[in-house]
Amino acid sequence: MKHHRILRVAAKLLIPPILLFALYVQFHGDFGPGGGFQAGVIFAAAIILYALIFGVERARQVVPPSVALFLVAAGLLLYAGVGVASILLGGNYLDYSVLAHEQTHGQHIGILLIELGVGVTVAAVMITIFYGFAGRGS
Amino acid sequence: MLLGFLAVTAIAIVRLHNLFAVVMLGGIYSLISAGIFVELDAVDVAFTEAAVGAGISTIVLLGTLALTKETETTPKKIKPMPFLVVLVTGSALIYGTFDMPVLGDPTAPVHQHVAPRYIEASGREVGVPNIVTSVLASYRGYDTLGEVTVIFTAGIGVLMLLGGRRPRKAGEKAEAAKKKPARGAGGKSP
Repeated sequence: MKHHRILRVAAKLLIPPILLFALYVQFHGDFGPGGGFQAGVIFAAAIILYALIFGVERARQVVPPSVALFLVAAGLLLYAGVGVASILLGGNYLDYSVLAHEQTHGQHIGILLIELGVGVTVAAVMITIFYGFAGRGS
Repeated sequence: MLLGFLAVTAIAIVRLHNLFAVVMLGGIYSLISAGIFVELDAVDVAFTEAAVGAGISTIVLLGTLALTKETETTPKKIKPMPFLVVLVTGSALIYGTFDMPVLGDPTAPVHQHVAPRYIEASGREVGVPNIVTSVLASYRGYDTLGEVTVIFTAGIGVLMLLGGRRPRKAGEKAEAAKKKPARGAGGKSP
């Protein structure tokens, strides 16, 4: 698609707001609709749009497959790690109330961390699956 | 209205032979479903449906189409036995819906069980304005962990089936072998 100038310019304009919107959905999930799942998918969509317009090889330079693979496991480990941390601090598994001195504050921290884990895993899985499909044609 | 669009799209998907058009209609189907979810005040679900169903899965299906052919090869005939099974199952499901409470009925069992407690106590116990988030991430955190594990497993499964099995030239192969220690878990898949 290297010769489609309109698509390239439009994509260049669109990709940064899409990434920003993904972060907004990620960290604003406590207050409005959204959360880790949606944010992860939107983030992956921005990377996939980049790959479609500028070629998969350049996208592989932006997000190397090995990094994506690492993040697939890292997000899940972050989620499970929050559970282990709450056990070590004397609560039940995934009981975020013990993460801070105040109950609601601890819940806030816990939800923020696990949503981050969800988002990282979802985005990395989507990008990995896309690489799996896109890499076979060329 | 939206359900009508949904039915028209579904029939068109069944009738068409051009797979490119079918994939596109699949995306439209997801987008209409997202509209229905918004109508039902389930914005979080609508969000996911629009992003995953209309966005990513359409792209992945198009990527698959690029590897295969664009038209169906098998001729379509209506076989009587499967058609009968589908018809009976469908009628049974529709018959079942007659017993369901009316949409939005406050006395429905689903609104009597744990939902009132979440609505009352969520603000005090979790302190997050969006109750959907507090149920998803805190009260039902263990379920969400399971969901993320499912996505993780799906990603690893696709990787084992597709990733790293690309036919490589000899030079690339040697290079890949050199890189392998740095690639970590990627070494598992070939």
